[in-house]
Amino acid sequence: MIELDSVSKNFGDTTVLAGVTGQVNRGEIFAVIGPSGAGKSTLLRLIDLLDTPTEGAIRINGLDIHADKGRRLSIRRMMGMVFQKPAVFNTTVTENVAVGLRFRGAGRSEIRKMVEDALDMVGLAGYGDRKARTLSGGEMQRVALARAMVIEPEVLLMDEPTANLDPVSVAMIEDLVVRINRDLGTTIVFSTHDMYQGQRLAHRIGVLMDGVFSQVGTPREVFTLPASREVARFVGIENIVEGGVVEGEDGTAVVDAGGVRVRARSPASTGERVTLCIRSEDLRIAAPSMDTPGRNSLPGTVTSIVPRGPFSRVTVDCGVPLSSVLSWKAVDVLEIREGSRVSVSFAPESVHVVRGVNHRGSGRG
Amino acid sequence: MYEIIEGFLEAIRLIVTLDPDVMAIAARSIIISLTATIIATLFAVPLGAAINFGTFPGKKSLINLIQTLYSLPTVVVGLLIFLLISRVGPFGFLRLLFTPTAMVIAQTVLVLPIMTGLTISALSGVDPVIRDTLYSLGATRLQFLINIMKEARFAILAAVAVGFGRAISEVGAAILVGGNIMASSFASSTRVLTTAISLETSMGNISQSIALGIVLLVIALGVNLAIARVQHR
Repeated sequence: MIELDSVSKNFGDTTVLAGVTGQVNRGEIFAVIGPSGAGKSTLLRLIDLLDTPTEGAIRINGLDIHADKGRRLSIRRMMGMVFQKPAVFNTTVTENVAVGLRFRGAGRSEIRKMVEDALDMVGLAGYGDRKARTLSGGEMQRVALARAMVIEPEVLLMDEPTANLDPVSVAMIEDLVVRINRDLGTTIVFSTHDMYQGQRLAHRIGVLMDGVFSQVGTPREVFTLPASREVARFVGIENIVEGGVVEGEDGTAVVDAGGVRVRARSPASTGERVTLCIRSEDLRIAAPSMDTPGRNSLPGTVTSIVPRGPFSRVTVDCGVPLSSVLSWKAVDVLEIREGSRVSVSFAPESVHVVRGVNHRGSGRG
Repeated sequence: MYEIIEGFLEAIRLIVTLDPDVMAIAARSIIISLTATIIATLFAVPLGAAINFGTFPGKKSLINLIQTLYSLPTVVVGLLIFLLISRVGPFGFLRLLFTPTAMVIAQTVLVLPIMTGLTISALSGVDPVIRDTLYSLGATRLQFLINIMKEARFAILAAVAVGFGRAISEVGAAILVGGNIMASSFASSTRVLTTAISLETSMGNISQSIALGIVLLVIALGVNLAIARVQHR
């Protein structure tokens, strides 16, 4: 439905988007995730015609939306947008929600009905006569959402809609996003720097880094099979190790990473440079003598134990540093402290191999 | 000191008894300055909007120039209008010199820059997200302008109030093109609060001056209270 074709945007000498290519399908929730400053807002603004790309094209239903200035208004009226900062007009809640309908010349009774329905949908029934500026940030953002939805857009764009909100409001907005998509079939494109929000809401995720999509895929793909070292780091994979394949056949590769041998499931062949990504949840820490057949088992020394909520993050030097997350109880039972000798084990299936060590690589393991 | 206190008491008597001379002068002041402010608003608001939302070379310099003209000396405006409408000036045939109309023209010119400048500030002060929101909701150019004006209405109102305050309190232009004439008819007189204070003081009628001064302050206070009321509504 929305096609991004090598979309670039420069502001003066600064390149914000450097050729974004991807596609958003009709009826899906597409999350643009990426670190701050990656160009997420710029991308959404380009789609909403609030800015013009320096190069490349954005097509909706096959139509280049920036090509014909005469059609801007009708294209823009297909879309609704919610911005990061909750912003309401200095008037009542009802008037706020009604603005888009008034622009389209809707009749009085129609407006009243639709505004009521929209406020009901976002859980603000009865708030209509209040001054919008007196609402809380979360309520204002729901007004903004009702205002964008009441015009029944085909595409709803949301630029970090929950970035400034308290957790309860975040949950409400997230719930609304899912409901709007499910009940109305609205195609939703939202940006977030919160990778877990992307995972919770999106059907597909585009990871925007350094002005390009480093990876586009389902949340599962992005979180378990990151396309590059940078994506891996962004999606919270703590153990990222580079190495070279010393033995590769039948879909199994033995990788030498700084003198440590790791077995992984990968079609990589001997001599290839690869990056290994292992989620800390997939690492087991045990007493050094424990035998773990079929698994990678690396002896090492505990270098740090850092509390993290109800868990502890334990880092072990096995030649390469690897860290795992253990419950406090497990730390006690294993009698682990800094300097303890332990064995770190993990299944070859838990190792995600990124082939090619180019730092913006798009190779898949 | 005694003279001042006596003048003050006399001033209060003049106001409380609604002295016809004082009231006529006050009414004329309000009519002339209000007319000038309304005319200036009709120019300043669209002009301010055009400058703020327009993109053209020299925009920044133009805004700088407008801001410089905030402190345009009133006598200079008076002199300029005087030269234009005096018998020998290009508009001398209109016979406007020493009429209330001339004062309205001078005050309009005087407050135009500050009202335009403050309108620009008011409009540029609207949150950029509000602007984006209007466009994203599918506003046409006209719908956009109307709604941005609505958002900036209080700041624009403040610009109008500042314009009125400057118009009613200036004396230089009023005396140069008005002449401070007390004619037999209300409409052809050009004596306003400020020029009257200036004259009465020079003639030693301190109480009359104080009374007129108080009226001027009360008008300014009244305008401010009215604006504050609207803004807090």
